[in-house]
Amino acid sequence: MAGPDPKGGGGRFLVLGIPYLWLIVFFLIPFLIVLKISFSTTAIAIPPYTPAIDFAQGLTAVWEQAKEFTTDNYVWLTEDALYWKAYLESLWIALVSTFLVLLIGYPLAYGMARAPARWRPTLVMMVILPFWTSFLIRVYAWIGILKPEGLLNQVLLAVGVIDEPLVITGTNLAVYIGIVYSYLPFMVLPLYAALERQDQTLLEAAADLGCRPIESFWKITFPLSLPGVVAGCFLVFIPAVGEFVIPDLLGGSGTLMIGRTLWNEFFLNRDWPVASAVAVILLLVLVVPIVIFQNQQKKNEERLR
Amino acid sequence: MAADKAIGPIRRSFAPWNDPKARPFIEFRNVTKRFGDFTAVDHLSLGIYEREFFALLGPSGCGKTTLMRMIAGFEEPTEGHVLLDGQDLVGVPPYRRPTNMMFQSYALFPHMSVWDNIAFGLKQDKMPKPEIAARVEEMLALVKLGPFARRKPHQLSGGQKQRVALARSLAKKPKVLLLDEPLGALDKKLREETQFELTDLQMKLGMTFIIVTHDQEEAMTVADRIAVMDHGKIVQVATPAEIYELPNSRYVADFIGDINLIEGRLAPAAGNGARLECAGTGATVETSQPVEAAPGSEAWFAIRPEKVTIGLEPPADPTKNALKGTVWDIGYLGDVSIYHVRLATGATVKATIANRTRLVERPITWEDEVWLSWSRDGGVVLTR
Ligand SMILES: Nc1ncnc2c1ncn2[C@@H]1O[C@H](COP(=O)(O)OP(=O)(O)OP(=O)(O)O)[C@@H](O)[C@H]1O
Ligand SMILES: [Mg+2]
Repeated sequence: MAGPDPKGGGGRFLVLGIPYLWLIVFFLIPFLIVLKISFSTTAIAIPPYTPAIDFAQGLTAVWEQAKEFTTDNYVWLTEDALYWKAYLESLWIALVSTFLVLLIGYPLAYGMARAPARWRPTLVMMVILPFWTSFLIRVYAWIGILKPEGLLNQVLLAVGVIDEPLVITGTNLAVYIGIVYSYLPFMVLPLYAALERQDQTLLEAAADLGCRPIESFWKITFPLSLPGVVAGCFLVFIPAVGEFVIPDLLGGSGTLMIGRTLWNEFFLNRDWPVASAVAVILLLVLVVPIVIFQNQQKKNEERLR
Repeated sequence: MAADKAIGPIRRSFAPWNDPKARPFIEFRNVTKRFGDFTAVDHLSLGIYEREFFALLGPSGCGKTTLMRMIAGFEEPTEGHVLLDGQDLVGVPPYRRPTNMMFQSYALFPHMSVWDNIAFGLKQDKMPKPEIAARVEEMLALVKLGPFARRKPHQLSGGQKQRVALARSLAKKPKVLLLDEPLGALDKKLREETQFELTDLQMKLGMTFIIVTHDQEEAMTVADRIAVMDHGKIVQVATPAEIYELPNSRYVADFIGDINLIEGRLAPAAGNGARLECAGTGATVETSQPVEAAPGSEAWFAIRPEKVTIGLEPPADPTKNALKGTVWDIGYLGDVSIYHVRLATGATVKATIANRTRLVERPITWEDEVWLSWSRDGGVVLTR
C-alpha cells in the first residue's frame, strides 16, 4: 500500500544511505579493484599487470581480456612457505600483543574509571594525547629509546643493572613493545567506557552479601566489563595483524609479518598481483574475527538492553 | 489456608524499649554524618532491639537511607558510634557485618539470572549446593517469582525486580535486615501479602527488621515502633498507636495521617491535663494529657478529624470541648464524609463522620451553624 512514509521518507533514506555509500566508495570498490588485480599476471608495463581492462575497447574486447584471469597467484601463495609463515607469525604477534595490551590496559582503565570524577576527563585526555604526534615519529622515538646506544641502555648501564647494552631493536621484542605502546589507547578507551558506566551500588550489594573486594571484582566488575574487553581486543588485534610500520622500523630481518611481506611484494618485487592476493587473503583472515566480534556486540546489546 | 493467612500473625506483647534492663541490639550513639558541609544525619541517638520490626519514616532526603547505610557499613559516621550487639561497628567492612540490605535502587546483578542473584550470598557463604537450591526455591516461592527464576533482571517488570531484591536480601536470613522501601513498586494486593509474609518470617526467624517506607499505613501495619525523621534528626520514636494518638510535635502530627491544628496559648490547667486558650476566640480547650511548658507560652491543639463530633446543638456533656463554626464544605468519600467547618477565627477544622445512614437522611449541610465537640482525651496540646 502506497502512502506517506510515517518515518519521514527521503531524510531517513539519506541517513541510512550514507554509511552504505561510504562502504561502497571506500571499501567495496577498492576491494573489487584489488580482487581483480589478484587474478591478473605480472607484466612489465604500466600498470604492471595484465589484463588491464579497458572498457573503451568495447565489451567483446573486455570479455577477451577477462579470459586471461588466473588463480596462479593464490596457488603461488600456498606453494611458498614464506607466506603462510608470515600469516601465522602476524597472527601470533598480534595475539600476544593483544594479550599484553589487555594486561596493561585493564588496570589503567580501571584506575581511570575509579578516579575522582573531576580527574577523569583529564585522564582520558592524557590517553588520547599521543595521537597528537605523528604515529611515525612516535615509532622513531622508540628506536631512540631502544637502540643499543639509546636512552634505555644508557640508563641501565649507568645504574649498573647491565654491563653490556641490550640488543632490543631489530628483534621481535621491539615489535611487541612498539605494538603494545601504539595500540594501548584502543584498548583503554573501550574498557574505560565499560568500567566507568558500571553501577557502583552493585559492588556494595556484593559486599553486603559477603564478597571481599577482590571477589567482587571477579564476580561483578570483570564480567560486566566483558563487552569492553572484547571491543578493545578486536580494536587492537585486527590492525595489529596487518601492521607494517612497527615491524619494519623496530623489527629485524627475522620479523616476518604479513604487512611487510605485502610491502615487499608491491614495492621491491613490483608484483602487484601477488601482493593483491596476499591482501585479499589477509582480509579473509580478518573477516572471520570481525564477524565474531559483531555477533558478540549484538549479544551484549541484547544482554544490556 | 487463605482465611487463616488473611488474619495475620498474632502480635506478641513485645516492648523491650520499656524494659530498663534490655540492651539495644543496634545502637546509634550521638551519630553525625556529613557529606562535605552538608549534614545528612545530625547528632542522632537511637536504640533498636533484637527481634524488633522498626520503621523509619520521613520526607525525602531526611537521611533514612544514610542511617541504614551506616548500619550496613557503606558509610562510616563522621562522629559518634554505631554499635551492634554491644560491639562498635566502626571499621568493620560490610562483608563482615551480619546485616543484609535491600537497596532502594535494587542493585540487581544484571549479568545473573534471578536464581543466581538470590543464590549469590549463599554461594558466598559456601553453603552446600542442595541447601542453596532449597533456600532459593523457598525465597522464590515467598516473593512469587518461581516461573521467572531463569530470567535476567532486564527481562523483569519494576515490581518483579523489587521482589528479586527483597528475596536476595532475605536469602541469607541475616540477624539484621535493612529494607529500603521494599514494597513501593508493588500493587496493593501483592504489597499486603508481602507485608504479611515479612512480619511472619520476621517473627519465625527472630530477625531484626529495619524498614524505610513512604507508606504510613504500611509502617503502622508492620512495625513495632516507628521513628519519624526530619533533617537528619529523629523527632519521635514510638509505637504506631502512640505516634498516631500522642504525637510529640506538630511535625509528627502533620506527617502521620490527617490532623487539625488550632493555635493558641497555654492557660493554667485545672487539675491534671492541659488547657489551651485558642487564638482569636477566647474559647478554651482541655486535654487530659499534661504538657511541660509554662502558661502563656505558644502552643497548638491537635486533634484527628475522626475524633471530632459535629452537631447542630452544643454538646449536652459539659466536660466535652466544644467550638462553634459554620459548615464550609463537605467531602463525600463513600464510607465517610469530611466536614470542613470554619471557626470564627477563620481557621478550618475537619471532622470525619462515618456515613452510617443514607445520603438523604443526613441532617447537616452547607452553611449550617454547627458545634464541634470532642472528649478530653480526644486531642493533645503540642508546644513545638
Ligand atoms: N554520597 C553523598 N554525597 C552527598 N550528599 C549525600 C550523599 N548521600 C546522601 N546525601 C544527601 O544526604 C541527604 C540524605 O540522603 P538519604 O539518601 O539518606 O535520604 P532518604 O531519607 O533516604 O531520602 P529518600 O526518601 O528520598 O530515599 C540527602 O539530602 C542527600 O542529598
Ligand atoms: Mg532513601
